[in-house]
Amino acid sequence: MTLPALPDAAVVIGARVDDWRGAVRAAGDALTASGATRPDYSDEMVRMIEEHGPYVVIAPGLVLAHARPGDAVLADGLAVATLAEPIAFGHPHNDPVRVVLALCVATVGGHLESVADLANVFNDAAVIPALARATSADEVRRLLGATP
Amino acid sequence: MKIVTICGAGIGSSGILKVNAERVLQRLDIEADVVAADVRSIAEVAADAQVILTSAEFVEAIGDTFAEVVVVQNHFDQQELTEKLERALG
Repeated sequence: MTLPALPDAAVVIGARVDDWRGAVRAAGDALTASGATRPDYSDEMVRMIEEHGPYVVIAPGLVLAHARPGDAVLADGLAVATLAEPIAFGHPHNDPVRVVLALCVATVGGHLESVADLANVFNDAAVIPALARATSADEVRRLLGATP
Repeated sequence: MKIVTICGAGIGSSGILKVNAERVLQRLDIEADVVAADVRSIAEVAADAQVILTSAEFVEAIGDTFAEVVVVQNHFDQQELTEKLERALG
C-alpha cells in the first residue's frame, strides 16, 4: 500500500462551506491537522486554482487539490473532505463537487505510486458517489483502501 | 513516441493522466514514454512530444506546439482516454 495513511484527523465528513475556497480549505485544514502540512499549504492550494482555473475538478464531483512541494509540506499526506452541500468550482463538465481530496508530497517524483493507487481506486466510477455518502472515517478508508 | 501530461504543479492531475494513459496505451499495444510535467515547463518537455494530454484550462497556456493537444474531461474515465488517444494517434 503506497497511499499515505489517512488518520481520523485527515477525514472531514459533511463539511459546511460557502464556496470553492472553503471546500479546498476544509480538506487543507485536515491535512494540517494530520501533521502533513503547515497551515499556509491551504493558501497555496487555493492560489493554484486562482492561477490556473478549476482544472483540479478531475472527474464528476471530485476535486484533487494540491500545491507544489515546498516549505509548507512536512510529509507526504492525503486528506478527504466530503461536503454537506455540493459546491460549484466553475468547471464546465464536472461540477458540482461533493468530495475534495487534498494531496501533498515532500518531493517531486516520489509520489507517482500514490497517484497510481488513487487512479486504481477511482477507475471504479461508483467510488465518488459512495465517498460523498460516507458517514465515517472508517468508511472513507475502506473505499480508498487506506490505512488509519 | 512521447506523450506529455500537463497540469499546474505536475504532480496531481497530470500524474493521474500519466498513469491512466500508460494503462490505455498498454491495452492498445502502443509503446510510448509518458511524462507528467507542470505547465511552466511545457516548452522544454513537449518539444519532441507527439501528444499533449491536459485539461481545458491549460490549452491557452500551452500555446503553439507541434504536438496534438488532447483535452481530457474525466481523468479517471479510461474509455474517454482510449477514444481520444486512438483518434490522436490513428
